[in-house]
Amino acid sequence: MLWQLDLAVLTLVVVVGIGSIMVKDLLGAAIMFGAYSFLMCLLWSIMGAVDVAFTEASVGAGVSTVFFVAAVFRTTRRTKD
Amino acid sequence: MMGEFMQAVIAKYNYWIYITLMMIGLYAMIAKNNLIKKIVGMNIFQTAIILFYVSIGVKKGGTLPIVEHGHGAHAHAVHAADYLNPLPHVLMLTAIVVSVATLGVALALGVKVYREYQTLEEDEILARIREK
Amino acid sequence: MKVVGLIIALLAGSLLVYATADFPPLGDPNSPASVHVSPRYIEKTMEETDVPNIVTSVLADYRGYDTMFETTVIFCAGVACFLLLRVYRREEPQERLYRHVLTGVTIHVKAGKLPPSPDFERIDSAWTPHDLIIKTICRLLIPFIQLFALYVIAHGHHSPGGGFQGGVMLGASVIVLAMSQDLRTAVRRLREKADALMCATGVFIYAGTGALCLLLGSNFLDYSALAPVLHVDPIMARSHGIFMVEVGVGVAVMGVMIWIYNNVSSMGKYDEGL
Repeated sequence: MLWQLDLAVLTLVVVVGIGSIMVKDLLGAAIMFGAYSFLMCLLWSIMGAVDVAFTEASVGAGVSTVFFVAAVFRTTRRTKD
Repeated sequence: MMGEFMQAVIAKYNYWIYITLMMIGLYAMIAKNNLIKKIVGMNIFQTAIILFYVSIGVKKGGTLPIVEHGHGAHAHAVHAADYLNPLPHVLMLTAIVVSVATLGVALALGVKVYREYQTLEEDEILARIREK
Repeated sequence: MKVVGLIIALLAGSLLVYATADFPPLGDPNSPASVHVSPRYIEKTMEETDVPNIVTSVLADYRGYDTMFETTVIFCAGVACFLLLRVYRREEPQERLYRHVLTGVTIHVKAGKLPPSPDFERIDSAWTPHDLIIKTICRLLIPFIQLFALYVIAHGHHSPGGGFQGGVMLGASVIVLAMSQDLRTAVRRLREKADALMCATGVFIYAGTGALCLLLGSNFLDYSALAPVLHVDPIMARSHGIFMVEVGVGVAVMGVMIWIYNNVSSMGKYDEGL
């Protein structure tokens, strides 16, 4: 485990996590959440959990982003916060 | 004193980040007004827990939890200290897939609420319920 | 509400920070989590199940009950989505949009009428550009995605992967079809009934493998009892039993992913998708 890489990705994860709940557009939030999931996948492959990383890459970054986009497409992009 | 403190901070960096992510998720679930934002917060909370479990499974000097020389060579002795702890990985692998299932149900509820009230904002939904 | 939320989050965070002070440092090989039961799994998995990937053997063999009920939870989520959203009352839209395949001319057709010639294809009422490149590339990619997903399921014993990942990828291949063409094309390929049956079949394969072990005179999900049926030694039988279970998981997860996507993206009408 490279601790420098680990630290950098962990910090980025927090930034993207805050971004995904602060952005004032639900489609943007969905895409930011996809980026968050992908960074998490990177983090887990750094920490050696390859099976978890594979699952996160296919489930978190793939299918759940599609679900979010589908739900936002069927409802609205508007948000007050 | 300062050096020891910094040592403690760096030695448990993953744990501090999981606490931060958990706080972000909890705050979003409580304080955000939009239902989709609440669902994003719920997912961030879930990934924070997964980060905690995977951090527990890390071992210094351990390699991936796949036995080397796996094809037929039974003579090799396997030492537990050489491999990462596979148990948290197993538990979290299933947790991720269950999290996408709960996400599907949550989004279905959100879409249903939108069909009923034409809005996703919590206060507007409450106002429309009171109107009726 | 914002202040209350902030206070609760900070309170929970400070409690966790207080608890973290007692944790062993990150990566300690002698931490309690790493010395209790996991060394047994790591050391015995090769001689007991002949599966090099420890995660797979623990997932499907040592902790088979856990995974079985996780699969049931996923199945329940699919059913819940279906029950929440699906509507059977057909309310015909006022007019439908049809596009001439060769020229790209779009026409509006009133409800109950048909387009003037069979050269027209129906398109969604939301913005749908004529994207030949995306359609062709996705159609070309889908077989390869499915082949790789089958490889992931079958090779889960030796490399990262298994039923969950492969099932999600198989589901994603059908979702790609629904996104690049339209939902009606994907639903024509995989009907709703077939999809629902697939979810149930996956759970049934898993539970049925366990029940088969029970019938052959052993414990539930103890795959070594399958040895006389499969004509292999008990250790290899456990490896094959894990594969059977992974196939069940893959089928169930694939069905549920497609089911949830179809319901959420069409608001339960199965008419116009993403």
